[in-house]
Amino acid sequence: MLDPAGEATRAAAARLGVQGVRSLRIGKAIELELEAPDQSTAQSQLELLSDRLLANPVIENWHLELLDLAGEQQ
Amino acid sequence: MTIGIVVFPGSNCDRDVRWALEGCVGLPTRFLWHEERDLSGLEAVVIPGGFSYGDYLRCGAIARFAPVLESVLEYAEAGGAVLGICNGFQVLTEMGLLPGALTRNARLHFLCEPARLSVAPGNCQWLKGYSDGEAIVLPIAHGEGRYQCESEQLAALEANGQVVLRYASNPNGSIGDVAGLTNPGGNVLGLMPHPERACDPLTGGLDGMRLLASLRN
Repeated sequence: MLDPAGEATRAAAARLGVQGVRSLRIGKAIELELEAPDQSTAQSQLELLSDRLLANPVIENWHLELLDLAGEQQ
Repeated sequence: MTIGIVVFPGSNCDRDVRWALEGCVGLPTRFLWHEERDLSGLEAVVIPGGFSYGDYLRCGAIARFAPVLESVLEYAEAGGAVLGICNGFQVLTEMGLLPGALTRNARLHFLCEPARLSVAPGNCQWLKGYSDGEAIVLPIAHGEGRYQCESEQLAALEANGQVVLRYASNPNGSIGDVAGLTNPGGNVLGLMPHPERACDPLTGGLDGMRLLASLRN
């Protein structure tokens, strides 16, 4: 799907003298902190949030990955 | 016979819609603050243009969770007449009353200009005053009016006669030149152009008048 802001930024990269940017897409990064009793609850709550509020699946893709943070509470 | 006009924080065409309905068409209106739930006694509900909740996250994304829209969803599903103009169209797609989504205009510019449209009223009750294939001009004013959906979805919408308004000269990159859509029941209409700004010959012409006046009969 056309990302007009990404295309405009790609054109600006060329004007800056950086050639060869073959594709450039602009998305969103969302930081959130969630309290949940366990990991599977957190996962399902995050999936609900991602699918129903944070992204519109008609026009946006989303990806959810739980990372192990060594030494920190998950 | 009162028409409800939804008001979100950030709506800015609510008073234009009231002016058009009361001053030009001659119908009483009632503002519905976003926290209200009571739609009793209303003949129709209009979701006006603007920037509901600042258009944060995506246009219409936060508005969809407003208490008033829970009532509007039930109202529409029961066959009630609902009109979404501009930001209101974006809200209708986020609510799932109409399929697809409205995204950033193809050439990024905010477009504020008259748009030539072709009308295919089908069973849309809001457009019964127009003839099939009629050419009209309504103002557009949007930065995110590029209609998007899967191509199979578009084919289904076209086969069902739900693409009721098309741009004669596509200004924003909308798939299928879509400017406005109705639901299968014909009681819900979402459109990017502003009919309420075309109800007086001095300001924008008269081509929007019959759309709002459809509520009179």
